Amino acid sequence: MTARRFRLGEEPIDVAAERPALDHAAAGAYASFEGWVRDHNDGRSVRQLDYQAYPALALAEGEAILAEAVARFRVREARCVHRVGRLAIGDLAVWVGVSADHRGDAFEACRWIIDEVKRRVPIWKNEHYADGESGWLHPT
Amino acid sequence: MNLKLLYFASLADRAGRSEETRDSAARTPRELYVEVAAVYGFAFTADRLRVAVNGAFVGWDHALGAGDEVVFLPPVSGG
Repeated sequence: MTARRFRLGEEPIDVAAERPALDHAAAGAYASFEGWVRDHNDGRSVRQLDYQAYPALALAEGEAILAEAVARFRVREARCVHRVGRLAIGDLAVWVGVSADHRGDAFEACRWIIDEVKRRVPIWKNEHYADGESGWLHPT
Repeated sequence: MNLKLLYFASLADRAGRSEETRDSAARTPRELYVEVAAVYGFAFTADRLRVAVNGAFVGWDHALGAGDEVVFLPPVSGG
């Protein structure tokens, strides 16, 4: 069986539908992170944005991150969904969910996963600004 | 030999395309990047990019083969 813990989503993320994948009788804690599209970045007013992914590698790298999280932290299950395509202000761009026996491990793993996803997974954000300009973000 | 290249984000904007097939004498991604950076005027130096061949990360001196799919990945900004 191939684990599919990481997905790219063309449609809005339904957190209520995702969360049951984390159910485990031994889990006493669930931690999640939601990344939302905000209306400003780096002093500029943002109107909307596009996420573009290199799907083959994004899926492989995302899956690797979640497998590493399960091996590295005392968690029962972990999942992540990242949106691609055009998003509006307030949209859910990325969701991470982790279940664990205890809350400390759930929080730690959740934080680690989102940090690694942002650092490693080939997904790029194009911000469309209120002044009509747009630009791909390539953080140094 | 023919190589397939995919471009993403600002590299796609700069190249004016998201993919192409190139007949190239480049033996490694390092040589290929020098070639396409000159063609399209890519501003990134190779040390700011990662490179993938056939859907997996590789080193800059990886030996390229005919038909390989090569992607130069600019710094990512998901999340």
